[in-house]
Amino acid sequence: MSVLIHNLGAFGAGFRTTLALTLASFAGALAIGLVVASMRVSPVAPLRAAGTAYVETIRNIPLLVLLFLFFFGFPKMGIQYPPFPSAVIVMAAYTGSFVAETIRSGVNTVARGQAEAARAIGLTFPQSLRLVVLPQALRAVVAPIGNLFIALVKNTALASTIAVVELGSVYTRLITETAQPVAILFGATVGYLALALTGGWIFAEIEHKVAIKR
Amino acid sequence: MASPGFRAVLPGALCYNRRVGEADPAEDKRQLVVLEGVRKSFGDLQALRDIDLTVSAGEVVVLIGPSGSGKSTLCRCINRLETIDAGTILIDGMPLPQEGKALARLRADIGMVFQSFNLFAHKTVLQNVTLGPIKVRDIPKAEAAERGMALLERVGIADKADRYPAELSGGQQQRAAIARALAMDPKLMLFDEPTSALDPEMIKEVLDVMIELAKEGTTMIVVTHEMGFARSAARRVVFMDGGRIVETADPDTFFSSPSTERARDFLSKILAH
Ligand SMILES: Nc1ncnc2c1ncn2[C@@H]1O[C@H](COP(=O)(O)OP(=O)(O)O)[C@@H](O)[C@H]1O
Ligand SMILES: [Mg+2]
Repeated sequence: MSVLIHNLGAFGAGFRTTLALTLASFAGALAIGLVVASMRVSPVAPLRAAGTAYVETIRNIPLLVLLFLFFFGFPKMGIQYPPFPSAVIVMAAYTGSFVAETIRSGVNTVARGQAEAARAIGLTFPQSLRLVVLPQALRAVVAPIGNLFIALVKNTALASTIAVVELGSVYTRLITETAQPVAILFGATVGYLALALTGGWIFAEIEHKVAIKR
Repeated sequence: MASPGFRAVLPGALCYNRRVGEADPAEDKRQLVVLEGVRKSFGDLQALRDIDLTVSAGEVVVLIGPSGSGKSTLCRCINRLETIDAGTILIDGMPLPQEGKALARLRADIGMVFQSFNLFAHKTVLQNVTLGPIKVRDIPKAEAAERGMALLERVGIADKADRYPAELSGGQQQRAAIARALAMDPKLMLFDEPTSALDPEMIKEVLDVMIELAKEGTTMIVVTHEMGFARSAARRVVFMDGGRIVETADPDTFFSSPSTERARDFLSKILAH
């Protein structure tokens, strides 16, 4: 265990990077998910098509391939970002496609009459989506979005492949340096568990709080 | 009799003292809803075939007819929740606009009450009533809340203002839905079987509110099989069958001596139980 205490600084830094990567990517994923889900339920056909194209492209490519494509491929087209922002952009785009599908399924659970009543009092389509449909849809998908958060926490480990020094890469490095894999493994596991469990707990709280009385 | 407070919150409604169902002669000339040759199909199914119907300001028209005869579709076409295939619909002399802001504005002028209430499940009763005024009419929140409370008072559920729809009985929910529609000061109110989803003991509380509205001169198109309501509040009964208007008559004539075989047949069925 002394190896853990010895390397606490490195673990701490890796954990903070993983945390930052998770939170920034998740915020981006929520924003992308909301926009893309809105496009997918819009009455405007080209918007619907663009939304579908986005989801079906992004979510069907492995995250690792997306990371490589963005970090190694895009610079050839003049699009180049440092490792951390690159990881955030790719993780947000990838998770965002799943968030969009989750929100869309939530929209489908909202009774048709809700949107009709909204339109009948004179709300425009964007207003009825924002004020009536999405608030109810989001309440219905808090738990599945929590699952996406947990998946994202674990996916952030892939960022080490494009030179982001997060918890997973600290773990890999320390294993070779210290030759004490069990202790190191324990440290990294605790870090990921702490993040994922805290996230799961927060989402359970949110779900409890926003549940609609029916 | 309408309270002065109700007049204040409902400047659009006409509060003349008059016999139920009798419109003011001056208002009579203003044709609020004009349908000409309206047709609507769902795939192969012709839901509306050549509908002509004119409703004057202050008039209460009851739509009646067997299930599937196109009553709901007709209501929904009037505020363009459904688009029509042919014909014209004029609201207050203006053709229905295309989807977009202008249509949203027009819908705001037409109140709609649904069979299944459709109150916004995530909002309190008062928030249901004030959402339209705040977001569509740009009325300040405090003023909207004040007017909203007056309307809830009016329909008898002011004590439920802070409750969520699911906490209310069906009759209370429907009265809240009526208040929500009235909050927009509509020119016209559409009711699509407003009491069909209600337990018998709650039907009266909703019909009473509707009869009051009719007395105040609100222009109403009401899909209902409630003969009592039709007799006490409607000027005309329009009988539909198979997507057509088959017969139009005043309520007494229609219910006592309908002129078409189909209406007689229909009435014998609904009166049988
Ligand atoms: N959205 C729809 N899609 C397909 N058919 C529909 C739709 N709405 C109504 N219809 C059909 O149109 C006909 C008229 O329906 P409706 O207007 O609801 O009748 P009513 O209200 O008189 O019972 C029915 O045959 C119904 O099945
Ligand atoms: Mg119907």
